[in-house]
Amino acid sequence: MGTQEIVAKCQAIFEDLNFTHAREWKKAAPNRKVIGFMPVYVPLELIHAANALPLGIMGGGDQMEVIHGDAYYQSYICRIPRSTIELGVTGRLDFVDMMLFPFVCDVIRNLSGIWKMMFPNVVSRFFDTPQNFEEKIGGTYYEHELLELKEAIEQTTGNKITDDALRNSIKLYNENRKLIWGLYDARAKEPWKFPTWELYVIMRAGIMMPVEEHNQLLKDYAAAAHQEDRPKRDNSRIVLNGSFCEQPPLNLIKSIEMAGCYVVDDDYVLVNRFLTSDVPVEGDPLKNLSLTYIKHSVETACKYVPKEEDKGQYLVERIKKCGAEGVIFAAPSFCDPALLDRPMLSHRVTEHNIPSISFKYAENSGQMQPIREQAGTFADSIKLWN
Amino acid sequence: MSADKNVIKEESMIIQKEMISRNYDAITSKMETGRKMASTFVPGNLNELVRCFDMLNNLPEINAIQAGMRKLTGGYIMEAEKGGHSEDVCTYVKADIGQLGKGNIAPNGKPYPDPDVLLLSYTGCYTFMKWFELLREQYKCPTVMIHVPYQGDGNWTMNMRDYIVKQLKDEVIPTFEKISGVKFDIDRLREMMALSAKAEDDLVWVIETAKHKPSPIDAYFGAVYYVGPIFSAFRGTQEAVDYYKVLKKEIQYRIDNKMGPITPEGEMKEQKYRIVVEGPPNWTNFREFWKMFYDEGAVVVASSYSKVGGTYDMGFRHDPKNPLESLAEYCLGCYTNRNLPTRVEILEKYINDYEADGLLTNSIKSCNSFSAGQLMMMREVEKRTGKPGAFIETDLVDPRYFSAANVKNRLESYFQMIEQKRRGVKSAA
Ligand code: SF4
Ligand code: SF4
Repeated sequence: MGTQEIVAKCQAIFEDLNFTHAREWKKAAPNRKVIGFMPVYVPLELIHAANALPLGIMGGGDQMEVIHGDAYYQSYICRIPRSTIELGVTGRLDFVDMMLFPFVCDVIRNLSGIWKMMFPNVVSRFFDTPQNFEEKIGGTYYEHELLELKEAIEQTTGNKITDDALRNSIKLYNENRKLIWGLYDARAKEPWKFPTWELYVIMRAGIMMPVEEHNQLLKDYAAAAHQEDRPKRDNSRIVLNGSFCEQPPLNLIKSIEMAGCYVVDDDYVLVNRFLTSDVPVEGDPLKNLSLTYIKHSVETACKYVPKEEDKGQYLVERIKKCGAEGVIFAAPSFCDPALLDRPMLSHRVTEHNIPSISFKYAENSGQMQPIREQAGTFADSIKLWN
Repeated sequence: MSADKNVIKEESMIIQKEMISRNYDAITSKMETGRKMASTFVPGNLNELVRCFDMLNNLPEINAIQAGMRKLTGGYIMEAEKGGHSEDVCTYVKADIGQLGKGNIAPNGKPYPDPDVLLLSYTGCYTFMKWFELLREQYKCPTVMIHVPYQGDGNWTMNMRDYIVKQLKDEVIPTFEKISGVKFDIDRLREMMALSAKAEDDLVWVIETAKHKPSPIDAYFGAVYYVGPIFSAFRGTQEAVDYYKVLKKEIQYRIDNKMGPITPEGEMKEQKYRIVVEGPPNWTNFREFWKMFYDEGAVVVASSYSKVGGTYDMGFRHDPKNPLESLAEYCLGCYTNRNLPTRVEILEKYINDYEADGLLTNSIKSCNSFSAGQLMMMREVEKRTGKPGAFIETDLVDPRYFSAANVKNRLESYFQMIEQKRRGVKSAA
């Protein structure tokens, strides 16, 4: 398969708001279940080990008209909860057996309760990840939380999660992360060969299909993209930050690229690379999942940074590692985590003489012209000053 | 009679005013006295623990409220936005940060000193976490965090409680010992917690007097004063216990004489509507807002906002026998740390227990913790109680988002709706 074919397949999966691919997967065998999850992070390994499909639900995007959802959320709340409600109310998630609402912010947290009231027949759980990163405190707490989640998943799916099954899932997700980080590294090196919008659809589709299938697809895409003869442009290299929850419309990503920016790192679809190292396969799998989260996970606005001097350093290091020349802070409108974090991150990058700009979007933003202009001017100014 | 009433009215208010100004004086003179100060939040505050280390307690939300009531926050917010803060986020944060940029002057005219420690009790609201990260950047002082898990399933588990207790034992207490130079004394903590429980009993008594008809209190506009000592720097002190004793006496007097609450313009005479309110009030136009209620004869008989610093009327009391566990349970039980179905149950119970005519939601533009989901909550409460709901939108301390004409219109039509509903019920009967 060439890149075009792979990307087209992924685009079709991620744009399909009836989730046909996931529905078909479920239908293909009797004891298969589907567990939906919201951004940003849930331990996908646990879901997989119960013979269930973790289905990433990242809002309704720009293809869906929100009619009912607007009756649930005031205009000054981001769009993802209302389009997710719309997905629920219109029956598009009727095949989902369980919903997980991980810790991100107050909106998602409150949405978990709305889901309980609106869909009493679906098991829905708020999933809290620790903000204390001491092994004996946050680690122990998290291990217990994982155990409770494991039991809840077992109960919903009717499938026991054995340690061996979990170890096998850990292996598969280690491979998934390795392939993804590999692709991210390859893009940082040769961004003209790995357009960000392509990576984005591959990641979006990846959280809607079994990990085995995604792993194969990642390998195929990497091989095909390396073969492609794509011209290298005189673009500026930028890192994109702030889009970890409500995702931008595809056109927005394309617009940034078309404006002369090579995105060499981003925080889209963070769940599939939230952990920055392998989860050990040997030993107690829940403990391993817990400790890897505690010790080796990305810095993002929904995680507390215990030390002031460390705040934003992760971003600075990523910028340096990717050889980026600037940062675009792109946050969904009304997004507390991204918007409250932004001044601190922007101070930190300024301390390192890294230029930045910021703008807001919504998953259904239609007007790309202002964004293209802003990104274009930014790209030009980087070229001028470098 | 009316002379009596004024004397009674003034006693608790004068006491509270003195308490608050004494506290501000203590805070602003900490350099001279050498006392150490912790900044912390109202929900999930650990006042007893802070006091165990002879430390002062400063609360940025309260400072934002104080500045809001003095109409200063509009300028502070603009200042913060000029400094790169988004127009979309919590206005308490911007008021606090903007105030810093403008000299950080306390209500007594003296500058707030820098805190020695930021005690980040992360309960009920995500913004807290970022707020203290932002302040930490400014003050470069130690920050100790207690992560309080959310009651996503409507209850807390032992794992959650143990997690908080461990954070208290291994992180908060050692940090406070180091900063204050005072050794932790659990018996001292127990004594304070016993005082807390006493004051909490009396506060609940006060809040529940709204079950009387006429209600002797307003459980929203009036209650924000009543909760002042417990929610701020005084829980765990004899002063707070004494304050509530005086307050109780005053309210008992009103009950005995079938009197209504005291408003800024005197006693409220006629009570036509009994309302439950969800959501915080607006502070920049507080009096104007309140007046819209009493002018129409609407008294608030219960509110969720008066529970942000502790849901004591749901039965929780600080327990001197299990001090650290009890502090953990207190943090877990704050109103916005409870999931939406529980919040709906609480509001439904209020409507029934206080024989209210309906639920009014004041949705705060910049507070996702309260606001996200309130439309659904209102409809659910309407469905369960058969009582009409209404929705208004204002902001905490950003005067740009208080439209008096809009709010007034909405309220008037809401009260008419209640009236019609009553007539409908009567004619049907
Ligand atoms: S977009 Fe931001 S505010 Fe909205 S749910 Fe996601 S993290 Fe929360
Ligand atoms: S978001 Fe709401 S609960 Fe949180 S600090 Fe602001 S006003 Fe308070």
